[in-house]
Amino acid sequence: MEHASLAADFVKNDERAHWHDRSLWFVRSKRDKCAHALPEWELLRETASQIKLHLMSQLDRYLEEFERNATRLGAVVHWASDAAEHNQIVHDILLSHGVRKVVKSKSMLTEECHLNPFLERHGIEVIDTDLGERIVQLRDEGPSHIVMPAIHLKKEEIGELFHEHLGTEAGATDPQYLTEAARQHLREKFLGADAGLTGVNFAVAETGGIVVCTNEGNADLGTSLPRLHIACMGIEKLIPRAADLGVFLRLLARSATGQPITTYSSHFHGPREGGELHIVLVDNGRTDLLGSDEFRRSLNCIRCGACMNTCPVYRRSGGHSYEATVPGPIGSILAPARDAGHYHSLPFACSLCGSCTDVCPVKIDLHHQLLTWRKELALRKLVPWRKRVAMKLAAGVLKRTWLYALAGRFGRAMLRWMPRFLIYHRGNPWGKQRELPPAPKRAFRQLYRQERKRRGQS
Amino acid sequence: MASREHILSAIRKRLPESQPAPSLEQAWTTYADPTQQFADVLHGVGGLCVRCRNLGEVRAHLASVPEFSQGTRICSAVPGISLGNVILEKIDDPHDLADVDYAVLPGEFAVAENAAVWVDGSRVSHQAIYFIAQHVALVVPAAEVVHNLHQAYARLSFPDSGYGVFISGPSKTADIEQSLVIGAHGARSQIVYLVDEMSAN
Repeated sequence: MEHASLAADFVKNDERAHWHDRSLWFVRSKRDKCAHALPEWELLRETASQIKLHLMSQLDRYLEEFERNATRLGAVVHWASDAAEHNQIVHDILLSHGVRKVVKSKSMLTEECHLNPFLERHGIEVIDTDLGERIVQLRDEGPSHIVMPAIHLKKEEIGELFHEHLGTEAGATDPQYLTEAARQHLREKFLGADAGLTGVNFAVAETGGIVVCTNEGNADLGTSLPRLHIACMGIEKLIPRAADLGVFLRLLARSATGQPITTYSSHFHGPREGGELHIVLVDNGRTDLLGSDEFRRSLNCIRCGACMNTCPVYRRSGGHSYEATVPGPIGSILAPARDAGHYHSLPFACSLCGSCTDVCPVKIDLHHQLLTWRKELALRKLVPWRKRVAMKLAAGVLKRTWLYALAGRFGRAMLRWMPRFLIYHRGNPWGKQRELPPAPKRAFRQLYRQERKRRGQS
Repeated sequence: MASREHILSAIRKRLPESQPAPSLEQAWTTYADPTQQFADVLHGVGGLCVRCRNLGEVRAHLASVPEFSQGTRICSAVPGISLGNVILEKIDDPHDLADVDYAVLPGEFAVAENAAVWVDGSRVSHQAIYFIAQHVALVVPAAEVVHNLHQAYARLSFPDSGYGVFISGPSKTADIEQSLVIGAHGARSQIVYLVDEMSAN
């Protein structure tokens, strides 16, 4: 389905769409406060971007260095070309350890690979332990945001869900009470797990270590109880030096939720005593992006979600309308790279306002890439015929001054004199849910000419 | 291993033009009073900073903390604070720590800009104690406060710490309608004691 049709469902409930919008703007405002409190914010962004571009230019060497160092520390490093291979590797490790129950902390990569349903089909219980992820898992749906997976839900819905699954009181909606119930429920899961699965926020080539960031403490609890820890990461999560973490950890939480740092930033260098650490390095389309001058920078992404929180389209259409693991501006670049035919509508779910580019902590030129995608999709004839015809018509008008002036005059007159039903109808999506502004009496060019005359310059 | 070669050769074919690594030697923000900055930020993230002259003062303060005084299973892993009835070294399986009410644990140094305390997992027998205890107090030498994360990483050398973690405040979540709830999976409360004199007497 196209983004616009799915978004149409979301905005049907006007009150709820505005509530969603405000929730995310609240997070964006917190981010602003944090960013403005650091005088070196722009320097940090620039430095982070340069580190990532440097990494990309020697990615093969750094991956080998990482593998060497991680192996020396006692970790086992696996390589997976695609999602299927990743899932198979994880399953094989679990199988060889006789694992029945896994606790997982948040990992967008495992979402991307659809690991949960794969393991469940093989009889392994996978429990998402991040509260938001657990909520959407119990609802049998995907996360709608990469940092706040349940941002689309109201506390009444979560109360109902917990009543059904966790036995909380009917009608309970207090976040404190509901969180406590989840804590108790998940404690049991942590204590009963045979293995802990985590994502990776950063992997350090120089040391062979991985860093995982959470606020809840679920990654640490999930890896310090069972003996087996499996960490899954995209190959772009690498950074060259441990000192680079100083730059990225300063940016990550401030950009994501407006916190100075996440509560827990855990550094794993090798397995703990008596334990095992497996690290799965996954390509799944990333090397294709590496080869593209236009889209390479999207590999800089540290998954903070700031571009979603600020995006006027995301805020008003909800994460599920993207139907992609990563929604919002960055998702609208990554998803079509994976399957342009399926995700062709996403680069158009954008007003090109550029706000995402302004907030991105690693300086991805998001709105430029979205525009480039549109061109690319047009070349591949993946744009719907209505849009193609409209663009052709617009191009015909815009390249003829006289026709453009005439069309403007016609439009101004029509907007003023035409009856309402001729302006607000199904064929004019611009008139949906909003009033068009009053048509000006004169064109800008007329006003400009008049003004110049008035000032005596001709 | 076929995939390893496959991925590496795909990367080599697509490597972009070489880019230098940027310098990290910059005039990063420092604070007039880093200890105060640490305390302020910690307060903001739901923790409490208490300045003590010695470990005796830490013990005295702990006695006034209801979560500590009312706890039944208490653990201390800070040399010189022999409190509690759970001895980490005598526990074989970290699962047996599930009922610990309060843990008093060592922290290596504190970071002013974000109220993080660096914890070295190798200082205790079970790193799980930092997350599984209901409430946690970290004891950090008051002299060990750095201004920012860059200084923090300059101090650290990996893999000396096989497992290490920056902890900034108690565990928290805002996954239900952005309402902040303290006490997600880890500690429900956190006190950081900055102590001038760490010797045991």
